[in-house]
Amino acid sequence: MSKTHVTATINGEAAEFLCETQQTMLDVLRDVVGLTGSKEGCASGDCGACSILVDGTLVCSCLMLGVEAEGTSITTIEGIAQGDHLHPIQQKFLEHAALQCGFCTPGLIVATKALLDENPNPTETEARYWLAGNLCRCTGYDKVIRAVMDAAAVMRGETV
Amino acid sequence: MTSLSYAAPTSVDAAVKLLAGASGLAKVLSGGTDLLIQMRAGRFKPELIVDTKKIPGVIGIREENGAFVVGGGTPGAVVEAHAGMTKAWPGVVEALDLIGSTQVQGRCSLAGNLCNASPAADSVPALYAAGAIAVVVGSNGRREVPVESIPTGPGRTSLAKDEFILEFKFPARPARSSDAYLRFIPRTEMDIAVVGCGISVTLDANGVCTAARCSLGAVAPTVLLVKEMADVLIGHKLDADTLAKLDAAAQAAAKPISDKRGTAEYRKKISGVLARRVAQIAFDRASGKATGKTH
Repeated sequence: MSKTHVTATINGEAAEFLCETQQTMLDVLRDVVGLTGSKEGCASGDCGACSILVDGTLVCSCLMLGVEAEGTSITTIEGIAQGDHLHPIQQKFLEHAALQCGFCTPGLIVATKALLDENPNPTETEARYWLAGNLCRCTGYDKVIRAVMDAAAVMRGETV
Repeated sequence: MTSLSYAAPTSVDAAVKLLAGASGLAKVLSGGTDLLIQMRAGRFKPELIVDTKKIPGVIGIREENGAFVVGGGTPGAVVEAHAGMTKAWPGVVEALDLIGSTQVQGRCSLAGNLCNASPAADSVPALYAAGAIAVVVGSNGRREVPVESIPTGPGRTSLAKDEFILEFKFPARPARSSDAYLRFIPRTEMDIAVVGCGISVTLDANGVCTAARCSLGAVAPTVLLVKEMADVLIGHKLDADTLAKLDAAAQAAAKPISDKRGTAEYRKKISGVLARRVAQIAFDRASGKATGKTH
């Protein structure tokens, strides 16, 4: 079986890649496209470290085949910063030291982006439930939530 | 190693031909949140994956005279965001909202949850209680079957090799009708049901139940549609006597095993407790006393 040719948009730029059917989107991003920001924690959809946006929808890239990306627009952690400027979510994760080992951080930031795109003013409870599928083995959840709530306020134009 | 092919047909006919013509194992792909894990674990070694999501009707929700038709591969998140489904079938929507994480709900589907045929699937008891109809397509055409006729055992369905579920039909609801679903897990998110329970009811103007469907999950090899629970409700208000009888009927119907999530005795007890709670929510919703999410 020859590889499948896939055309998609990745972080706003046209992208083409060849992949085998069994390769997940995470495999493709890391091993074919060379975007290694998305992490493989569990490879079973439990940890959220591989979170990406597909046409704006938050998904685990380990639970999607690369061939399914045909015609879609994909956003990865590499597409979150605005040029040389950190996205407010990234800035607030830094300010609150909302990471220890950092392995879960790309997934948490992408998942937070999806949350705030859909709900710019979440309650803390809503944020915690939305992020329930992003596991932090260092269990730094409180700082994460503080960063998320602060980032939301910044993105709403409030002074924090 | 045999190589794995992928096809994303754009018509039912093309998909059915691919499934019928496969010499080895062919798997239907909807959201893939179970299939990809099972393939990686080596549980299946398919030669062909048929992705149904580009077939018209598989993704999307439409309303037809008060009835809803939900494409089999429609992601849970899309159903959860649909105002009409949320109003008419809050139990189905809250069951979908319990599957996995936000990420998983961006992909997981009713057809996938039903055809994965796990007895602990969250949306399946809600589908049974709703009386949803599965529209099955295959080489012999199209047939409409009750959802409870699809799973036949853990991981097994009544679908033929060349069949898949195109969409689900949810009937138009009479006045004062609603549904609810709860599952018991030892934490609040990201876990698999110890027991699940779905109940759908219609009430008369005095609050007396005139129609009911009740189901239990994770207490038998398949999700159970429990007529004895419905019979307890029909003709009665939800008073203490009815709740006690419902509890007993649920415990009697549950035929659980003991495993790492709970003992058989515990699951039977929880079946009764959940049935009481779910009935209360469904009755409150149907009588207009309660709206909104339960979790």
